[in-house]
Amino acid sequence: MNLMDTLYSFLPDVLTAEGFAGIADEAAGVVFLIMLAVTVAGGIIACNSERLVRAVAGLAVCFVGVAAIYYFLNSPFVAMMQILIYIGAVCITIAFAIMLAAPEDNKKPGPAGPLSGPLGVITAGLVTFGMVGLAIKTQFPAMPKLNMGSVKLIGVQLLTSYSMVFELVSIVLLIAILGSLVIARHGRSK
Amino acid sequence: MSILNLHNSLTTYLVLAAILFGMGIYGLVTRKTLVGMLIASELVLVAASINIMAFNRFTAPDPSIGQIFTLFIMAVAAAEAAIGLSITIAVYRNYKSVDTEDLVDLNG
Repeated sequence: MNLMDTLYSFLPDVLTAEGFAGIADEAAGVVFLIMLAVTVAGGIIACNSERLVRAVAGLAVCFVGVAAIYYFLNSPFVAMMQILIYIGAVCITIAFAIMLAAPEDNKKPGPAGPLSGPLGVITAGLVTFGMVGLAIKTQFPAMPKLNMGSVKLIGVQLLTSYSMVFELVSIVLLIAILGSLVIARHGRSK
Repeated sequence: MSILNLHNSLTTYLVLAAILFGMGIYGLVTRKTLVGMLIASELVLVAASINIMAFNRFTAPDPSIGQIFTLFIMAVAAAEAAIGLSITIAVYRNYKSVDTEDLVDLNG
């Protein structure tokens, strides 16, 4: 046994290659659990908080957790786009809507309707229960992978196989911009 | 299966998506203002995206197609948020309120 092997045997398990791989797997599991909790907590704040500003902040927290979950699903590009589009655009837009059109002072107390309260909880619970049951009971056969879904491949397919959809989404966005301008502009001069 | 290995099973992601979807439904039926309903509808959209991405990772033969689909969902969600904002502002300008109980007048 030479000197290197002697030194190597004194190292703790974490610093060896196999030990580090095991620790990294467990760390990934812990990070996944934390992000799961962040997502669910953000969702609860978003649908339950009394003030809408807190709801939109909870929505942003939920979107951060969802971006981490996309990262765990082998899609770092979609995770980045999630943060860019959902937190950077959608949450900011909703925050503007709150500031422009939902003042907190003339809010009416009381329930929203017959479905708020216990009936709303039951409705959402039944939907969730049904979907969870289906997800747990069903066997989904996995097909062999053709590729790894890299960012380069996404770009190539977006501009070759799916270029038609790409253009259609551009038109949808253009019409949405024009339509929102027209709707919000109406009655402004009064 | 260990709890630290949850991120390698399809069921985890499907259950998470179902929970987010249920929260979105709950917000949609409970909220009293249009902006609150807009926030809840974003939760529903994100649950659908997680579902698609989970199947894309675990069962689909070509994992790039689901990512492209999710990108399109994001574009449509951004368009929906913009339209929702403008409708909310137009309603507020006409009714001086975005409370759903006040919006019972069809002859606006």
